[in-house]
Amino acid sequence: MTEDTRPALAVADSNRLAYSGGGVPASAQARRARRWGWWLYAEYRLASMRAYLQTIALRAIGLPLLYLSSMGLGLGALVDSGAGGVDGVSYLVFVGPGLLVSCIVMEASGEFTFPVMSGFKWQKHYFAASASPLSPSQVALGEVVAVGLRFVVESAVFWGFLLLYGAITAPSSWLMIVIAPLAALAFGAPLLAFAATQNDEGFQFSFIQRFVVMPMFLFAGTFFPLAAMPPYLQWIGWVSPMWHGTQLARVVGYGMPNPPWLTALHVLVLLVLLVGGTWLATRVFTRRLTR
Amino acid sequence: MPVIEARGLVKSYGDLNAVDGIDFEVAGGESFGLLGPNGAGKSTTMRMIGGTSLRSAGTLTVLGLDPETHGPEVRANLGVIPQQDNLDSELRCRDNLITYGRYFGLPRSHLEQRADALLEFAQLTEKANDKVDNLSGGMKRRLTIARGLINEPRILLLDEPTTGLDPQARHILWDRLFRLKEEGVTLVVTTHFMDEAEQLCDRLVVMDHGRIVAEGSPAQLIRQYSTREVLEVRFGSERNAAVVEQLDGIAERLEVLPDRILLYAADGEATLDRVTSLGLQPLTSLVRRSSLEDVFLRLTGRSLID
Repeated sequence: MTEDTRPALAVADSNRLAYSGGGVPASAQARRARRWGWWLYAEYRLASMRAYLQTIALRAIGLPLLYLSSMGLGLGALVDSGAGGVDGVSYLVFVGPGLLVSCIVMEASGEFTFPVMSGFKWQKHYFAASASPLSPSQVALGEVVAVGLRFVVESAVFWGFLLLYGAITAPSSWLMIVIAPLAALAFGAPLLAFAATQNDEGFQFSFIQRFVVMPMFLFAGTFFPLAAMPPYLQWIGWVSPMWHGTQLARVVGYGMPNPPWLTALHVLVLLVLLVGGTWLATRVFTRRLTR
Repeated sequence: MPVIEARGLVKSYGDLNAVDGIDFEVAGGESFGLLGPNGAGKSTTMRMIGGTSLRSAGTLTVLGLDPETHGPEVRANLGVIPQQDNLDSELRCRDNLITYGRYFGLPRSHLEQRADALLEFAQLTEKANDKVDNLSGGMKRRLTIARGLINEPRILLLDEPTTGLDPQARHILWDRLFRLKEEGVTLVVTTHFMDEAEQLCDRLVVMDHGRIVAEGSPAQLIRQYSTREVLEVRFGSERNAAVVEQLDGIAERLEVLPDRILLYAADGEATLDRVTSLGLQPLTSLVRRSSLEDVFLRLTGRSLID
């Protein structure tokens, strides 16, 4: 590169706009961006969440309260008196980890649809970022990281409510704080890749909400074990990140009996979806931001 | 040594060559313009300079580096002001600058100082804590320029900097850009406004259909492709075409537009005298200096803004 020929100023002068003499040299900026760009973008994305922080907070506190009270306590009383619990534990203990995982997974359908459309189309903040030293792949990765961090915080809040409601029986239950975001991103990263391919706002996002997220919520073993469903519907669980996450959360939440190979398979499925989805998203972002 | 150098630069989308083999150089500290109508390939050229559009053929270096292989290094030296403001409307003005500065890995403490200096430059100090949504179009534009300066770039790429702004806002913006030029920043400006090109550019290339059709300083281009003055006459849309034959030969060149006739001559007043001495009474007449608009009309046979 041609050297910066601008003379070194004897004293850094912050009033000079073009060259204050006190900044970081461009070569050092580029080095930092190459290495930490994914995090630098995630920082922005977290800052942008402040705009809807109230909504996030309301959902983080409201959802566990609503679900645990109605499903856990309300429906739970009925189930426990009739069937004497599920899977050898009370219904609250059974459904709690499922509700935590499902709620966090469902949040992914908000964060990885319209905000992505906005980044490419409405506010175009992806284009703004790609004019900086960041690469499109780093932007996509930063998006996953930032939303993942949001989910960790929300999962921790939800887990706190599980404790309060007495829905926790195993000391390893805190691992749900990692499992739920993993499941949410396993669903969210491929969704991010899909949303990034969309040029126009149509019904595609509400379609996903109605015909992917809702069936997943109802049929992926959140409210009853998958085995309770007719065999021809059980595939919905197997293809749902929500079910794999819920099963893991039950293993750590109350020690649900599960063969080790199956537990490993749950983790593997979620990791493959997360890594594969993120990889796809970086491809789509790169294609779209370097036309 | 030029800070930007393009040779045989091509960008194709399918069968269409948006940029069709252009060569140009930009010297350090120069204010360089890409002038042409919408779709001439100006914005695509700008994006290739930043490495955010991949070229189909040719070579391009920015500060001696290929923007495609050294994107972060090149873009750390660039300030990019896109055609459409892409500020975060939910964030406050000051936070827009600071979060953007973080993309360059700049420390937050440095950015806080710098954001204040840039807000002052953009005459937005009082709006520092307002959300971008509350700003006028001109203010948003100035904030976008301030954001483009956050990394102390050596080259500023301005894509249609004043499109959509009212005259007063444009003049404020031009004044700010002059200040940057005085501090030695290289400006690369695309515009389809002739007055803007004349105001801002030391040197420019005229682009049409992805090609460069002329190159030079605004004054050189006017000298080369136009006359000193232009007489504009209107006879009413019905009669314009009818009187053209009578006007033949009384000016160096004649352009018939739908609403008026342009007569190119060194002395516009004398030409008007000759028109009236033919017994023709135009409804309105105007003598003005030649502008880049006339250069473009001459080179392409079309006006810049259709």
